[in-house]
Amino acid sequence: MSEWWTYSLSDLLMFSKATYFRLFELHNLALWPGQLLALAVGIALFACLWHGGAKAGRSAALLLALAWLQVAWSYFAQRYATINTGAPYFAIGFALQAVLLLWLASRRQAPRLTEVVGSLGKLALGIALLALLYPLLAPLGGRPWAQGELFGLAPDPTVAITFAALLLWRARLLLWIVPLLWCAISAATLVELRSGQAWALPVLALLAAGARLLAARRAAA
Amino acid sequence: MQGVYEERRSLLRAVLAGGAYAAIGPALAAAPAPLLTRPIPSSGELLPVVGLGSWITFNVGDDPVARARCTEVVRAFFQGGGRLIDSSPMYGSAQAVIGHALAQLKIPKTLFSADKVWIGAGARGPAQIEASRTLWGVPRFDLLQVHNLLAWEEHLRTLQQMKAAGRLRYVGITTSEGRRHGEFTKIMETQPLDFVQISYNVLDRDVENRILPLARERKIAVIVNRPFRQGDLTEALAGKPLPGWAAEIGCTTWAQVLLKFIVSEPAITCAIPATSNPAHALENMGAARGPLPDAALRRRILDDVKRLT
Repeated sequence: MSEWWTYSLSDLLMFSKATYFRLFELHNLALWPGQLLALAVGIALFACLWHGGAKAGRSAALLLALAWLQVAWSYFAQRYATINTGAPYFAIGFALQAVLLLWLASRRQAPRLTEVVGSLGKLALGIALLALLYPLLAPLGGRPWAQGELFGLAPDPTVAITFAALLLWRARLLLWIVPLLWCAISAATLVELRSGQAWALPVLALLAAGARLLAARRAAA
Repeated sequence: MQGVYEERRSLLRAVLAGGAYAAIGPALAAAPAPLLTRPIPSSGELLPVVGLGSWITFNVGDDPVARARCTEVVRAFFQGGGRLIDSSPMYGSAQAVIGHALAQLKIPKTLFSADKVWIGAGARGPAQIEASRTLWGVPRFDLLQVHNLLAWEEHLRTLQQMKAAGRLRYVGITTSEGRRHGEFTKIMETQPLDFVQISYNVLDRDVENRILPLARERKIAVIVNRPFRQGDLTEALAGKPLPGWAAEIGCTTWAQVLLKFIVSEPAITCAIPATSNPAHALENMGAARGPLPDAALRRRILDDVKRLT
């Protein structure tokens, strides 16, 4: 697009709100009963975050890497690409994050999860819990349950629970880049679609990133 | 149009011959007003003043339910007398969805297929056009336009060659949302074009200053995109009662008023509202029948829409 600066966000949005959310319904239908596996993996991940420590940290990185790969391939490349020409680039971004998480999981020094004792740990667990409850946004927004977005199958809840893990790992900036970028893209899309849930992921991202910065400042002081 | 008058005359003769004069009143009242058409200046071919756009509304991917609904939109559009359907490779799955609908309807003979070329490298234009044609499932396009002036010099050369070879009937350029109007007018002044496509509606009337007079002068047909400001106008007017003057021009909805405002501008050949609702497609085609607003009523429409939005 040679004159990209003349385009506003609404010019780039090429599908309707109904089509966007219907995509999750079609995705869920196509992957059933994969939701049960995704839920089991989500609960296992939550348990890792709760438990804390190095071994749980390595397992969490591995589980998250698999979730990011799954979303990259089955959602972005196979599903979202049918209505959004930008989806293959999102798939690459998610695959890249999966590689980073695999690298984290495979390091000799395991990525240690902070034990959930202070407010930071509780905040991280709260974010993870909300990520697992993400499918509730569909009925809360007046949409059918079948359009619920699940961790491991849809991007937003997968990114949300990743924020919790990044917080507990006290992860470096490198691991925050793709999740934060996706948060901006998703929020912009939902704002343009005038969806009430546009705020959900940015709020979780702000909480996680804010807490991480605060923790870093305290550590430096 | 001729056909409708012939139909009415035949009906009149038949009824009078049967001595049932009283029966003709309701029969004539039920006959729809003739379809409003405008000639394409470069050929004289007549086009209905309302066409069908596909931006956003037809980008439904491979959802079978939504595809079936889009097919019904296309069916209603043809039933209402529509001909011109417009799309672009930029519109996601819209071309494939149009192709699906046309296949279901066995490609109506009245179809006027309008698509675009939208790719940065001129050399890749022919391949993109061929891919688009395959998606539509048509033997050739009636009209191809350079989308948003992207690599326009190279693409226009390709399109003119296709036209010369009989593989295309008309050539055009497009812009939207008032973009690059300076360059757009320069191309209109210097290139042999059959069509231009621009954004125009009750509230966005910049094209009235230069582009529309130039189109008349250069005998170029004009297609209007975003007649409802991508749904914002109809949304803002929803629930607001139609003023009494709407009945004077045979309008029963705000959408029809907005379309009649556009097509009453003499330089306009065709407006292309997009919808995913079959009832709305038929309703939009209603704007292609009956009287059009005169200059005084156009001013009233303008004032009322500004006041209400």
